[in-house]
Amino acid sequence: MDCDEAEILLHALIDGELDAGHAREVEAHIADCARCTAAVSTYRQMSEAIAGADLRYTAPPSLRRRIEASLPLPQSQTLAPNRRSVLKGFAMGSAVSALAATGLVAIVVRNDDEQRIMSEVVSAHLRSLQAGHLTDVISTDQHTVKPWFNGKLDVSPPVIDLTAQGFTLIGGRLDYLDARAIGAVVYRRRQHIINLFVAQTPNIERRAAKTETIQGFNIRRWSDRGSNFWAGRSAI
Amino acid sequence: MPVTSANEADKARRFREAALPYLDDVYTLARYLLRDASDAEDAVQECYLRALKHFDGYRGPAMKPWLFAILRNVCRAEFARRAAAPTTAIDDAPETAEQTPLWREAPETPEAQILKERDAATIRRLVEALAEPFKETFVLREINNLSYREIADAVGAPVGTVMSRLARARAMLRSAWLAEQE
Repeated sequence: MDCDEAEILLHALIDGELDAGHAREVEAHIADCARCTAAVSTYRQMSEAIAGADLRYTAPPSLRRRIEASLPLPQSQTLAPNRRSVLKGFAMGSAVSALAATGLVAIVVRNDDEQRIMSEVVSAHLRSLQAGHLTDVISTDQHTVKPWFNGKLDVSPPVIDLTAQGFTLIGGRLDYLDARAIGAVVYRRRQHIINLFVAQTPNIERRAAKTETIQGFNIRRWSDRGSNFWAGRSAI
Repeated sequence: MPVTSANEADKARRFREAALPYLDDVYTLARYLLRDASDAEDAVQECYLRALKHFDGYRGPAMKPWLFAILRNVCRAEFARRAAAPTTAIDDAPETAEQTPLWREAPETPEAQILKERDAATIRRLVEALAEPFKETFVLREINNLSYREIADAVGAPVGTVMSRLARARAMLRSAWLAEQE
């Protein structure tokens, strides 16, 4: 191999893009050639310096928002959680139902922040069970509960009829979670009270429902279309 | 009609999941190619619009090179627009001046040359000043971490061409780097 060939192939060697046979040939040439040895050394230094410096750019949030906004999602799905989002969590309710006998549902925790929010969910749920704290608006009619939230929150929680799934709507309530006002929709299933908390999140990633038991409560949490859902339940 | 819109929403969702994670990568390439933050933003947005439009027919290559290939086309249109714009003469002058030293290869010496440490801003400036098509090959390799095969897919050239462009780009950058520290 001559220098002209090696001059190109030594880059592939540095980048780990050469097969073993070619790598041996290039290495053999470099071992005998001071000029190519010097070049490899300089290029390695350069690559290390480049890898060490952060040369990437981060897309501005405004650009991300513009692109998000240009994706054709119906408004109801981008701005507010919809019926399907809620059902997704409750639909896996067969598992919840099985757990219901044990008491309450607690959420899956991924980090300290979620742990904290999770225990706030438990607290909020407990508070709601104290006399007179469960509902601010009492109605089994979704068309009464839904408008009640309007103007009280940035985004109204979805209020849907889950009677067919065995959940009776009791009413709605304003609550606080993570230092923010949040809507809670209250359902009853047999002797259990279920609080559904819905919060907006900048993260549009969907997360499947997971169930965990904390402090004797079952909490289920899921994310869909930019909303976080927490459902807490206990035996009363 | 509802069926269509449900499909559209589903397509948008799949597109989001597949393409949005690479937004920073695409934006990074746009910044290096266009050397202008707001032009880069416009190009990236256009790139994502086009990508969504063609997403139905997308069968590969990998998502990242595919997005880069679309971005390159968008940038080509932008270059054409700049060339046609009456302000071109003014815009071009400093760029050409900056690039001139890059073409003056430093004299080769057998000893390994010690490259002085450079901060990120200086390295960025040196990389941005590289001539095309060497710059894009270099950025795709060193900053976007694409394999040779993926670069070949993104720029629509054989791997051999990618290799020689990369060798040329690195030689140019090394010269500029050494010239800078003299």
